[in-house]
Amino acid sequence: MYDVAIIGAGVVGGQIARELSRYKLSVCILEKEADVATGATRANSGIVHAGFDAKEGTLKARLNVQGSKMMKEVCGDLGVPYINNGSLVIGFGDKDMEQIKALYNRGIVNGVEKLEILSKSQLERIEPNISKNAIGALFAPTGAIVSPYELAIASIGNAMDNGAELKLNFKVNSIKFKGEVYHISSDNESVCARYVVNAAGVHSDYIAGLAGDNSFKITPRKGEYMLLDKVCGHIVSHTIFRTPSEKGKGILVSPTVDGNLILGPTSVDIDDKEDNSTTAEGLDRIRREVCENVENIPLSKVITSFCGLRATGSTGDFIIDIKNRFVNVAGIESPGLTAAPAIAKYVAQILKNNSLELQEKEGFNPKRRPMHYFSMLTTEEKNKLIKENPSYGKIVCRCEMVSEGEIIDAIRTNPKAATVDGVKFRTRSGAGRCQGGFCSPSVVEILARELKTSVLDITKSGGNTNILICKTKGGGLN
Amino acid sequence: MKNVDLVIIGGGPAGMSAAISAFSSGVSDILILERGGELGGILGQCIHNGFGLHKFKEELTGPEYAWRYEEQIEMLKIPYMLNTMVTGITKDKKITAVNSAEGIFEIQTKAIILAMGCRERSKGALNIPGSRPVGVYSAGTVQKYVNLKGYLPGREVVILGSGDIGLIMARRMTLEGAKVRAVCEIMPYSSGLARNVQQCLNDFGIPLKLSHTVVEIHGKSRLTGVTIAKVDENLKPVMDTKEYIPCDTLLLSVGLIPENDLSKDIGIEFDSVTGGPVVDQNRQTTVSGIFACGNVLHVHDLVDYVSDEAEIAGRAAAGYINQKAGTAINIPIKTDGKIRYTVPQRFTECNKTVLYFRTAGVYNNAVVNVRDGDKIICSKKKRKLLPAEMETITLTEEMICSVNSGCLSVELEVAEND
Repeated sequence: MYDVAIIGAGVVGGQIARELSRYKLSVCILEKEADVATGATRANSGIVHAGFDAKEGTLKARLNVQGSKMMKEVCGDLGVPYINNGSLVIGFGDKDMEQIKALYNRGIVNGVEKLEILSKSQLERIEPNISKNAIGALFAPTGAIVSPYELAIASIGNAMDNGAELKLNFKVNSIKFKGEVYHISSDNESVCARYVVNAAGVHSDYIAGLAGDNSFKITPRKGEYMLLDKVCGHIVSHTIFRTPSEKGKGILVSPTVDGNLILGPTSVDIDDKEDNSTTAEGLDRIRREVCENVENIPLSKVITSFCGLRATGSTGDFIIDIKNRFVNVAGIESPGLTAAPAIAKYVAQILKNNSLELQEKEGFNPKRRPMHYFSMLTTEEKNKLIKENPSYGKIVCRCEMVSEGEIIDAIRTNPKAATVDGVKFRTRSGAGRCQGGFCSPSVVEILARELKTSVLDITKSGGNTNILICKTKGGGLN
Repeated sequence: MKNVDLVIIGGGPAGMSAAISAFSSGVSDILILERGGELGGILGQCIHNGFGLHKFKEELTGPEYAWRYEEQIEMLKIPYMLNTMVTGITKDKKITAVNSAEGIFEIQTKAIILAMGCRERSKGALNIPGSRPVGVYSAGTVQKYVNLKGYLPGREVVILGSGDIGLIMARRMTLEGAKVRAVCEIMPYSSGLARNVQQCLNDFGIPLKLSHTVVEIHGKSRLTGVTIAKVDENLKPVMDTKEYIPCDTLLLSVGLIPENDLSKDIGIEFDSVTGGPVVDQNRQTTVSGIFACGNVLHVHDLVDYVSDEAEIAGRAAAGYINQKAGTAINIPIKTDGKIRYTVPQRFTECNKTVLYFRTAGVYNNAVVNVRDGDKIICSKKKRKLLPAEMETITLTEEMICSVNSGCLSVELEVAEND
């Protein structure tokens, strides 16, 4: 029996788990996929929004601004890359500038600090590649970028280091409330918990429905992205938005914490909650629109494109409520990543107000070793480590310079990587310009060796995604 | 910090041949740095035959060809380090590398030969719409799985791109019992060698669909199929020609890119067409003492030419170390677009030189002219020119010495263009 079961191992579920792991509670995270952070957290812009977008007085606005202010410290504790690069909303005409003024005023009401409206010349000075047609911008110096999936992985890893449990491949298909206890089941397993937190992203309406709550609906909203080679990461230094429309903040251009350039997302409501395919129209739209906003984007330097589904709630605001010790944390669309640390605090407070005793745990360790700690060491420190463990001297991924030692760490550290994608999103092995062309055969072998299994059992992302299906004639010696 | 006269980055066919050549030109303080676990580079996984016809007048497999050079490296006791990744080089020829035994270490050297080879253009670079299931690989990755690891990634195969690795893998997968349903090539001609189209596709009844590309990838977790379509003369897909082909594996053989990540920030001038450095007849880059050869310089179709080119670079690097410089001139070589590029791209000495070049399209009954101002100084008739096949034209010392206009131009005179 757990005190709290959290359904969904994205950045929201992860941050909540970490927050609850501060206290003397037994916490379990249930995730339907073979790894954490596989949904909207993974296919995410990675932007820490300053907080001028959400309508005054909404939960979104409040948690956005709070989360934005917490993010630097959270990332510092968890060793997650965070860069305070600032963001710009650029305008092309008088109507845009009116909207920018309105955003400025909204930001002030929401509590966003240091906002400024820039003239054309000020804008061009700080962002030389900005479109020649832009006439001004809203500048939010508190805007920042993070690695969204690393934040989720690190949050869950830190929660686990502090006692939380993670059950992967646990696809919840039944929730029963019997004798004041929730019985949560998948096809092959069942757990009991006193409290449930529903952080199931696009599936949170389904999960709520299993518990008898049909008060809201989640529409998956497709967002397609293109990621450009690291040689393009310097084209802009700030995150560049257009003035927003009803469908959201539009297609942005931003450097990533890894030094790439990210373009996207598109915004199309769909029905299928599993359809994260990219489309010719979507990718065309990205190409067209980014060139209107920023000059000199070398679109031929794309290294990958992908698509995520935002969980757009039917109420227009974040849906965070509790009934019978069942907490919905739903409709967490943008700025959900930014808000996640604030959502976690807010959910803990809700649980406390509903009789969950939050007693601080001695020995809670808020820190986690950075995933890329090896690359952050001095040459002397690296050499000391290579001497102790020679696998740190063996480079496996040549594009991102990832050593075998770091891959082994990812397989052995909470939450443990067990798939090729799992290794990729923890170490960046395979995330560079050759996209795993050279390193994936080695990664498959390292996984098989560490997990004491055959290479035939190694998958890209769990389930039936085995990389290799059989031996060749007379092959497969190792 | 170690001091070494000549460091060669890469122990594949280019690096080995350059080392042997430098050694026989009088430099013995050499170090080859190889990131893989053995010498030979990509040849180790190229277990098919067809290597060495020019160089040894024999048909060798990739490992056999590599072994000819490895034997000499061992015999001459040329030092090499395996599993050693070079992480940085500077303009003044300081190299940083890492391996398990020595950790991170630095080497100061008098000359560097870049021989890092190339990498495959990835699926991401193609930006094909659709899902991202398991089962989409670059052809070379699967060649490694099949030939070196002994495993198959699937049984129903479509290949996009008719590069040589794709053609070779079409045959290889067929021999392993897989069904190769089609090879799609967006251009109206194959980007691989004619002999590979014959021996790897035609001989096995595998259809080569020219002017076709993959427009969508299907399958949520595993690849279930691809939609292909014909392309028009602007290479845009014609959507009413769409055709669905079920498959569990999509191999990509859509181009090779010289791997200059290490060399891009040291002030070397690059050729935007080849993706490699601009070099002179000695394969010296625009930074003196830094040479390049093999696929890091420009992508070759035959390893025999890689070996030839590396011999030039090795000899020249030895000359540089021993300070044997010729008369300095500077004659750039221009091309007319029909000729896509030449290697070398400039002359700095008057030496007899074989110019390597490729054409932009398929040309029949054409004449290659080398022009100095208004004067044609050298001509060569060609019955057929294919983009996939590298061509040569030889310039004598005298021709280069007597250039008046300060520059040479390599042009194609076309009688008939298809």
